[in-house]
Amino acid sequence: MIGVGKMKQYSNVLDKPLNKGKQEVSLSAFAFLFSELVQYNQTQVDNIAELERRLEDAGYAVGARVLELLCHREKGNRKETRLLGILSFVHSTVWKVLFGKVADSLEKGTEHEDEYMISEKELLVNRFISIPKDMGTFNCGAFVAGIVRGVLDSAGFPAVVTAHFVPMEGQQRPRTTILIKFAEEVLRREARLGG
Amino acid sequence: MSRVVGPRSGDAIFASVERVNAELFTLTYGAIVRQLLTDLEEVDEVNKQLDQMGYNIGIRLIDEFLAKSNVTRCVDFRETAEVIAKVGFKMFLGVTASVTNWDADGTCCSIVLEDNPLVDFVELPDTCQGLYYCNILSGVIRGALEMVSPL
Repeated sequence: MIGVGKMKQYSNVLDKPLNKGKQEVSLSAFAFLFSELVQYNQTQVDNIAELERRLEDAGYAVGARVLELLCHREKGNRKETRLLGILSFVHSTVWKVLFGKVADSLEKGTEHEDEYMISEKELLVNRFISIPKDMGTFNCGAFVAGIVRGVLDSAGFPAVVTAHFVPMEGQQRPRTTILIKFAEEVLRREARLGG
Repeated sequence: MSRVVGPRSGDAIFASVERVNAELFTLTYGAIVRQLLTDLEEVDEVNKQLDQMGYNIGIRLIDEFLAKSNVTRCVDFRETAEVIAKVGFKMFLGVTASVTNWDADGTCCSIVLEDNPLVDFVELPDTCQGLYYCNILSGVIRGALEMVSPL
């Protein structure tokens, strides 16, 4: 197993060729793993806000790495500099690679200039999770919010990202919305670039 | 009249289950190990925690495994190891393992994974020597087998 003894196959993991990203694992393997992540974090915290924060932090690390990987593999090392560019990158490319489909919708907030929303009818991570009533508004989509924050932050677009349930009429399960609120500096830079 | 269905091959089952991108899986596992290392700091504690998490997964995973794969009861340990390597790993991780290194009694063997989705992109720093990065797999196998052992 990796880590046992000092023997390494490659002198440097960076020399190993990057695979095409077509490999798959079963959904249940991922669901089991994610449930263990949530359960472990539940033992480490006292309240819901802490739990969401820890899930977000876990997702943040994933997001930073996903950005590097996808920029290199999908876009030939070109990074986005404009707001709409990075948003559509997250909405299409990141979602497609991680969840197998593009996100359901990308909307601009009507009340505030700096808010955008990515919506999904059923987030992959929430598929096998039901939230007990006493946990209120807790959403395991905080992990996905963390991924988005990691991608945006590493790309130079600092933002506050949160996940919310939005009840939909006629549907039993609520829709999940990832709310992205960009920092001041991003909007100023965007205005300067002529957005 | 009921039809007796034989055991399905790992490939067939894997093709029929829903799948997700392995990289999401890899990166999520990396995030878990990182969290554990930050919280627990001791490599031995992390190994134990990973094993425990794997155990929790294994006791639930075995139900799905038995339901989807339709294997008959294994007669001995050799068969068990083969089934784990060929069907179990294939069905959940999409990779096939091989069984080697049998000892004289036939009670001890090694299951070797050529291609492990858990360790893509991973390099252990010197500060983590002694960390069994994939220890969750040991826990999964332990949990699963405990649920079906005749004792």
